[in-house]
Amino acid sequence: MATAAAHRPARADGTTADATEYEAVFDAAVAADERIEPRDWMPDAYRATLVRQIAQHAHSEIIGMQPEANWITRAPSLRRKAILMAKVQDEAGHGLYLYGAAETLGTSRDELLDKLHTGRQKYSSIFNYPTLTWADVGAIGWLVDGAAITNQVPLCRCSYGPYARAMVRICKEESFHQRQGYELLLALSGGTPEQHAMAQDAVNRWWWPSLMMFGPPDDESAHSAQSMAWKIKRHSNDELRQRFVDICVPQAESLGLTLPDPDLKWNEERGHHDFGPIDWTEFWEVLKGNGPCNEQRLTQRRQAHEEGAWVREAAAAYAARHNGGTGAQQA
Amino acid sequence: MTVTVHTAAALALGDDALVLSHRLGEWAGHAPVLEEEVALANIALDLLGQARVLLSMVGDEDELAYLREERAFRNLQLVEQPNGDFAHTIARQLYFSTYQRLLYSELATGDSEFGGLAAKAVKEVTYHQDHAEQWTLRLGDGTDISHERMRRACEALWRYTGEMFQPVEGVDADWTGIEQAWLDSVGDILRRATLEVPQGPRTGAWTAGAGRQGLHTEPFGRMLAEMQHLHRSHPGASW
Repeated sequence: MATAAAHRPARADGTTADATEYEAVFDAAVAADERIEPRDWMPDAYRATLVRQIAQHAHSEIIGMQPEANWITRAPSLRRKAILMAKVQDEAGHGLYLYGAAETLGTSRDELLDKLHTGRQKYSSIFNYPTLTWADVGAIGWLVDGAAITNQVPLCRCSYGPYARAMVRICKEESFHQRQGYELLLALSGGTPEQHAMAQDAVNRWWWPSLMMFGPPDDESAHSAQSMAWKIKRHSNDELRQRFVDICVPQAESLGLTLPDPDLKWNEERGHHDFGPIDWTEFWEVLKGNGPCNEQRLTQRRQAHEEGAWVREAAAAYAARHNGGTGAQQA
Repeated sequence: MTVTVHTAAALALGDDALVLSHRLGEWAGHAPVLEEEVALANIALDLLGQARVLLSMVGDEDELAYLREERAFRNLQLVEQPNGDFAHTIARQLYFSTYQRLLYSELATGDSEFGGLAAKAVKEVTYHQDHAEQWTLRLGDGTDISHERMRRACEALWRYTGEMFQPVEGVDADWTGIEQAWLDSVGDILRRATLEVPQGPRTGAWTAGAGRQGLHTEPFGRMLAEMQHLHRSHPGASW
């Protein structure tokens, strides 16, 4: 457990330590697996990297509501409808935790949302794929949430305290969603031939995009080395991707579904599954904004924000008038 | 002791909750602020939970939700009204939650078959009503624009408020007393929100109480088409 004081060194004579001394204390804290807290000194680049990563994570939760919310009004049973509504609600809650964690670094939710709306900050590429059938809701739960958990569980030990603590809460809920997605697919897979085909089609479409969620291969990943040195990241993209494939293969088997990769096979020597090449051209295109739903997702987000402006303004004006504030007055 | 369930009564209360829950579910991903994504989904989930209990008293919840046609639904016309802007959604919620709070408070103290459900639901709907009240105050007494939007929403939905107090067969409640308490409560909130209590008729689209007889407004059929489509496309499938 780090104490804040330990990270804000001061000399015995009361003069301030210089940047090198701060840096040394920071490096030592990270090396000792201590948590960095909001009031601790940290390198500017560490702060900037965390803001970028946490914001992108928060944005992904918010944009990620859309592909699933697309099926709330068409859910085929009341039980499934309740599960889906609860899940989408959780995602909004995760967005709130994460914007809160980002704000401890000196930014604001408004500023981050503005960057999302103007395309200056990204969200996970996976949410630029459409949900075409009900089975997609299950495939998202099983594969997309599964990949997210594989990525996020190590973040519970991330060096930045507020992010790590947010991830502990989020991972608990995510693993619940993931099991629900798996169970949804299991019901379809064991259902009528049409339902089984629907499940297989969804897995075929979501498998490769899910593998892309781990990011570019290690030798093309711009931020990886520094993030690992700072213990923001604990494992490389390729390591996590391999772990995910190894987890999914037996799960697909027990679901009675196949994974759409002819090269997928167990490699005795490596003790891992080999798998086929990922279409990185598609990955970079989606990231650049040219995926199937990029335009639609951002437009809906901007629209919700713009159409809600008068509501937020009303709340601010009311608060100013009734809480003794000095802000907006009604004209 | 066997409790006989009054089918028409359970369907009326259950359909109200089912249909309003569906409308609130349409907000997901479109709310004006993230906190409202959470709040609206939360209210929708509470209502869906109530609907499932009530419909299950009558039969299979999914058969009842997905395989009845428009004319067989017994919900109020108020709850099937489209979301409109945020003010319309809040006005609809204020009118309905206040009604539900008063009705369920009364049912919770009685010994009808709805006593258990009402005792649990009254905690939820008290929260819903508080949420709607707080937003009515903020929109009514916010900016000129929000005041005007809230005023229009309260006016537009006022005509659907009379049907709430048409006695539901099988629900033993003091309907006249509930109506008076509703007028007092809503009137007080509207005045505090610097809004006037609408003066127009409260007869619904046909006559007050038509929704309870399966006479609905046009947007309802479209809502059901969307809600039921997938379920109806796979007869006999389980999900």
